[in-house]
Parts: sequence; structure tokens; C-alpha cells
Amino acid sequence: MNWHAISVIYKAEMQRTRNTLLQSIASPVISTCLYFVVFGSAIGSRIQSVENVSYGVFIVPGLVMLSLLTQSISNASFGIYFPKFTGTIYEILSAPLSFFEVVLGYVGAAATKSLIIGTIILLTAGFFVDLEIQHPFWMLAFLILTCITFSLFGFIIGIWADNFEKLQLIPLLVITPLVFLGGSFYSVDMLPPLWQKISYFNPVLYLISGFRWSFFEVGDVPVGISLLSILAFLAICMAIVWWMFKTGYKLRQ
Amino acid sequence: MQPIVSIKNLSKAYSSGHQALKNINLDIQPGEILALLGPNGAGKTTLISIICGIVSPTSGTVTVDGHDIGTDYRHTRELIGLVPQELTLGAFEKVSSTLAFSRGLHGKAPDKQHIEKLLKDLSLWEKRDSILMSLSGGMKRRVLIGKALSHEPRVLFLDEPTAGVDVELRKDMWRLVNRLRESGVTIILTTHYIEEAEEIADRVGIINNGELLLVEDKNALMQKLGSKQLTVELRQPIEAIPESLKDYTLTLSEDGLQLIYQYDTRQERTGITSLMQSINSAGLILRDIHTSQSSLEDIFVNLVTEQS
Repeated sequence: MNWHAISVIYKAEMQRTRNTLLQSIASPVISTCLYFVVFGSAIGSRIQSVENVSYGVFIVPGLVMLSLLTQSISNASFGIYFPKFTGTIYEILSAPLSFFEVVLGYVGAAATKSLIIGTIILLTAGFFVDLEIQHPFWMLAFLILTCITFSLFGFIIGIWADNFEKLQLIPLLVITPLVFLGGSFYSVDMLPPLWQKISYFNPVLYLISGFRWSFFEVGDVPVGISLLSILAFLAICMAIVWWMFKTGYKLRQ
Repeated sequence: MQPIVSIKNLSKAYSSGHQALKNINLDIQPGEILALLGPNGAGKTTLISIICGIVSPTSGTVTVDGHDIGTDYRHTRELIGLVPQELTLGAFEKVSSTLAFSRGLHGKAPDKQHIEKLLKDLSLWEKRDSILMSLSGGMKRRVLIGKALSHEPRVLFLDEPTAGVDVELRKDMWRLVNRLRESGVTIILTTHYIEEAEEIADRVGIINNGELLLVEDKNALMQKLGSKQLTVELRQPIEAIPESLKDYTLTLSEDGLQLIYQYDTRQERTGITSLMQSINSAGLILRDIHTSQSSLEDIFVNLVTEQS
């Protein structure tokens, strides 16, 4: 393993985060606080508890996931797209690096950043609601797995995109709707039967459900299925990145 | 001696259908400086990019230090440093950090002393804490060279290193190349400045339309292909070339004071001896004689024109 390379990529990416601290950390935290104020306090006070959990508390896992998914994708996609855009990707391609080492550096840094943001959001939530976590280990496991998997997904988007519009396309048109329709702010039981059935085709539902289970022991699907779903998505993303580096897709001419 | 870089039957066709390289065969010896000359779009950058791992070959093999660039890329890429043609640098990193980054990428442990020496050698020490985007074009070019040398490569590729740089930097770079050669680094540079190849290369390769037209020792090439010109200066002007000299391909200068004779060093007989005897017989009195050899540029232009 080329540990020196992994280390310099990771540190350079984390330095980029430090250089843009306001945009990287403050922005997602502020927007989550606004969600708490609007959904938790203003609207939540008029909504009955969901599955014996008060609405303000119920939305916490969904809100964390919302930020985690969007931040993981945007950090990782930009991290690899920017060197492609400026041309400095030549250094990565001509270095003695395997695809796995490149992934460890870039995706590791993006996932770390998302993990920091997720933790800050959870701490911020503590100021608004009384939060009890039933299964802290599982909560942490879901948090880390989500950060890694969606950073990997963002990495794929960053390689695939050949302009800034494409870079925003998937997060905006696919991820955000899936997160909003994946039970971030509600339980699927609250939907009409047809929409319930459609919702089960939404992969993000499994993610939010598992994460929510670790907090309240309630979820839309069994926690084992949630775990399997995210592991399967992780494996698919890893296979795609491996293929991209093997064939040089959008990397090597 | 085992070549440090060995290219066998290398071809590259881009997905657009453009055939950038056609069956290239080339061995590069350790410690030599090879200049690849060719017009824009000849395939120079593609060739370098394949060896460095940035472009995938369509067919053929390349070995560096006896190792295949595909199957044993870790070993080959550790040995290679690349200065790209474009000023491709990040924006917000510091000069010293970007050199340390490149060193780490190539698997080398941090070495502040080496980075400091490089920065000083490249006249970048004063700029070590500057942000990359604030540097001038010439300074950026120096940073790119520093990055390529940060991991102490044994083979250095310089893709048009002096394109668009001022005379001072160009001379600086030539001095650097000489220092590197003394330390045993093999250098492959592409250029379209013939002067550069003439100044620093040991061997010259001429590439055009994806074909390697020839690779020769620079001096041998100039000797082999270069036509020479003998200028005979006369004491008294003449109005026309005397009848006895009509058999020679001579031209008379406008002022009638110079007879110019073109000859080919490749020919067994250059005809100089008999010409001199004939001039003597014709009763012409000489003031001076001198010869001049065609430059690499003339050779290059001739070859490329012949091919097209």
C-alpha cells in the first residue's frame, strides 16, 4: 500500500475543508437548524407523535441523513472533479497508486467531513429536542456506513461529470427527491397504500429507517434489511469505481 | 546495457478515430537526454502520456527499467517524473505544500531538506509560502518542474518545458537539465525549439503524424543528413562563373566576390579537391574559404516536408 500517497491526498482534501470552513461546516448546520425551527417547532407542535415518538424528535434521524447524503456526495464529487477540471488529475493518474488507494484518500476525507457534519447536527439537535439513542453502536455504524457509501457515490459522480451542471444534476434531481420521499419527515405508514408500496422502491427509505431504528427502535423496514441494503449499495459503488479505474472511464483517454 | 525505457510496436488510436501514434519502436538508454522534435499534433505528448500512465495504449508494450508500465505500474511510475505542457496547477495550495504533495503521491516519505533544496535550485525559495494562483507563468513552470523532481525520479519527461518562457528561465532550465544529467537522470524532452534540442540533447528523435521518422545521435544526425556549404571568397570580383567551373554546382554571389558550393557529406566524394584545383587552373585568386553546416532545424524541416 502507498500509505504516503493516501496520507497526502487525505490531508490535502481536509485542508480544502479548513480553507472553506464556513461553506463546509456552517452552511449545513445552519440549514438543519432552520429545518428544526420550521418542522420541529412550528409545524411539529401541531402534529401528533409518530409511532409514540414526538414529531420534533422523530425527524432528527431523517434530518441528519438529509445532510449526510447531500454533503457526502457534494464533497466527494467536487474533490475528484476539481482536479479533472484544472487538469491536475495527471498527477494522480501518473502516480504509483491503485484505485483503492485513490479512493481511501479522496473518499476517506469526504466521509470524515460528512461524519463531522453529522455529529455537529446531532449535537445541535440536542439543543432543540431531548434525544435518546437506544442503540448508539448501530447509530454510529449506520452513520459511518452512510458517509462512506455516499461519498463513494459522489466520487463516481465526480468522475462521470464533465461539466459543473452534471456535477449538480444527480444530487439535485435524484438524491434530494429520494431523501424527501424516503421518510425523512414522516413514517411511510402515514402515506396512502399505493404510495406506501411505491416508497418501498426508494433505497433511501431503507437507510433512514435503519438509522431511525437505532434511535427509537422503530423503523419502516426491519433493521437487518436496512443494513443489507446499505452494504449492497456500498459494494455496487466500489465495483463501479474499480471498473472506472480499470477501464479508465472518463479518466484516461 | 538494458534501456531504461523500451517502447515496442506502440500504437494509439483515440476514440475519435485519430491515429495519434503508429507502431513506435524506441529504446532510451540510462542517463541520456533525448529530444523529441515534431510539429504540433505530431504525437509527442501522446507518447509521453502513455509512458507515464495518463493515456492507455491501443497496442504495443512499454517497459521502464525492465518493468511493464501496465502490469508493474507501481515500480515504473515511482521512477518517472513528468512536467506537463500545460500549466496545470491547483489554485489555493502553497508552493512548498504542492511539492510535498507530489513527493507523497509517489510513495516517498516527507523530506523537508530535499524540498528546500529543490525550491532553492529552482529560485522558488522566496515564494515557498505563496499561493499557486498568485504566481506568474514562469514561476508556475518552475513549480511544475519542482513537483516532477520532488520524488527524485530516475527518468524525467519534460513536455515542451520552455514553451512560452523567457530567455532567462530557458537558460536556467538548460542548466538544470545538465545538472540532472550529471546526477544520472535520464531526460526525455519534447520541443519544437530546434535550438533547445541542439543545445542539450544527446540524441534526437523526429516525430510527425504519429510516426517516428528517425532517432539518431545528434552530432551523427547532423553529420549524416546535413549538407554543407563551401564559400570561396575571391580577391577580385568576377562577372560570371568561368567555363571551366561549369560542371560544378556553383552559385555566384551578387557582388561577384563569392563562389558558393553545396555538397553532401554523405557522398563518398565531395568534389572539393577537384573544385579547388579547377579554381586554381581558372586563375582565380582566393581571399578566404569557409564552410557551414545546415542546422538541425534545416534537417527537421526537410524531413517533415519530405514526409508530407
